[in-house]
Amino acid sequence: MIKGELAKRIYKSDTDWGQVQRQITLPWGQAARISYRNVTMRLGRAMITGAGIVLGIAFLTSVWTSKVAQEGITAYEARSATAISADETAIAPGAEEAKAEEQARAARQTWLVVMSLMVSAVGITNSMLMSVTERFREIGTMKCLGALDEFIVRLFLIESVVLGFIGSLVGALLGHGIMLLVYVAKQSGVAAMMDWGQMLVYILIALGIGIFLSLVAAVPPAMRAAQMPPAAALATEV
Amino acid sequence: MARIECPECGHVEETTGLVTICPNCKADLRNVMAEMGHRRETLREVTGDDSMTTHEFIVRTKDLHKIYVMGEVEVPALKGVEVNIRRGEYLSIMGPSGSGKSTLFNMVGGLDKPTKGTCFIEEVDMAQLDAFELAWLRCRKIGYIFQTFNLIPVMTALENVTLPMIFAGMSSDEMMERGALLLDLVGLGDRLHHKPYELSGGQQQRVAVARSLANNPAIILADEPTGNLDLQTGKEIIDLLKELNEESGVTVISATHDLKMIDVSDRVIHIRDGQIERVENRADIDLEVGTLGV
Repeated sequence: MIKGELAKRIYKSDTDWGQVQRQITLPWGQAARISYRNVTMRLGRAMITGAGIVLGIAFLTSVWTSKVAQEGITAYEARSATAISADETAIAPGAEEAKAEEQARAARQTWLVVMSLMVSAVGITNSMLMSVTERFREIGTMKCLGALDEFIVRLFLIESVVLGFIGSLVGALLGHGIMLLVYVAKQSGVAAMMDWGQMLVYILIALGIGIFLSLVAAVPPAMRAAQMPPAAALATEV
Repeated sequence: MARIECPECGHVEETTGLVTICPNCKADLRNVMAEMGHRRETLREVTGDDSMTTHEFIVRTKDLHKIYVMGEVEVPALKGVEVNIRRGEYLSIMGPSGSGKSTLFNMVGGLDKPTKGTCFIEEVDMAQLDAFELAWLRCRKIGYIFQTFNLIPVMTALENVTLPMIFAGMSSDEMMERGALLLDLVGLGDRLHHKPYELSGGQQQRVAVARSLANNPAIILADEPTGNLDLQTGKEIIDLLKELNEESGVTVISATHDLKMIDVSDRVIHIRDGQIERVENRADIDLEVGTLGV
């Protein structure tokens, strides 16, 4: 089946490698290509992992949207109130109480956000852990083919950043959109009252948190897998 | 500036670089260089240039022990195995399951570390290699074939074959060309862009054979390459390996309990309970097979 000529060509073609022959590399471009392929080919797994991020970030942005909208409304009302009662010097009764209540509400919201982020972080970690574990054999194979530990980590790093970015983008838009709709239904013209610069900052922070969470969740298990001796990684049954 | 003294003729070479051959008497200076701390460079010299690798034994193990610790119990898998494998040899390691042949395979392939003893590839002690050097060795010197094929499921046949070439830093065009050539060589020239799940077991193993040849290795290590294949397909893979062995002189080391392997092997090492039971040479086997009427 093997033609002698063909075999000869194959075994000759290494002579002109020259300097290249002395290295082991995984260029970022190739790594990105492989990671992208991993995400698209395992879309189901990627979506489960992504869903955790989407939900967590959606909740976060919805809370922040509500905060910005509420502040916008309060500021608007305050402006109209001062316009109406410009010459009234007395402070409206109950302002102190309202302020205290506002503070309590903010504290409650912070608590909710922290809790929900922790829950989604656990979810993401679990999902990432699964996705690394089911690829132990693949990791072992790559190491047999000459991959260094950091190549494996690099692949998972890119993958989790991509997943984290897409997941938190979708989550941020979702959470923001839904909460905005709720406020529009409650009070028309709320969009004009909101501080959009502030909102954008919040959305960017949410994106950052989402990417950070998925990184933190994926890289430690990937590192652990990368450091396993290939024989052990290959022997794992999933 | 380093002084390198030739152990053969006493010639002293002063150099800042590497000298692996004595300019006076052409003696091998790699061991001298190695002792002087040129470990990595020496390895590269040793493994990078085939014209200089003149060692008779491509793989050598010395008193190889491996003990697996399972909870409280220590299970010895290898008990002092010594094998010398010649360059260009087609060697089969036979034995029942649990005999330690896969463990030996892992040691020789640098996939696991021995508990005691040493394994040399082209006279380089594997225990002395760091992670980079080991990866380098796996990438360029050894091609692996597994019972379960172990192709990357999300990649096409061509991408699977070119993966080790990416690690070796080959250019994209060259990679594609060589990948296609290798797949053509194993008879899959028309299946370049098929995913592993679109291929039969035999075809997947062919892709694995092509992949093992990616960086023109000196050794092909095959762990039960026919274990998951039917009789006919298994025979085809064995023939393919034998042809590669004869055409290119690549050393084939195969752990197996497939008796079909005996026909093509230059030598068969029988392992039992982590020890070498007996070694058979081609001539003896021919006789035996003849009497068995296989």
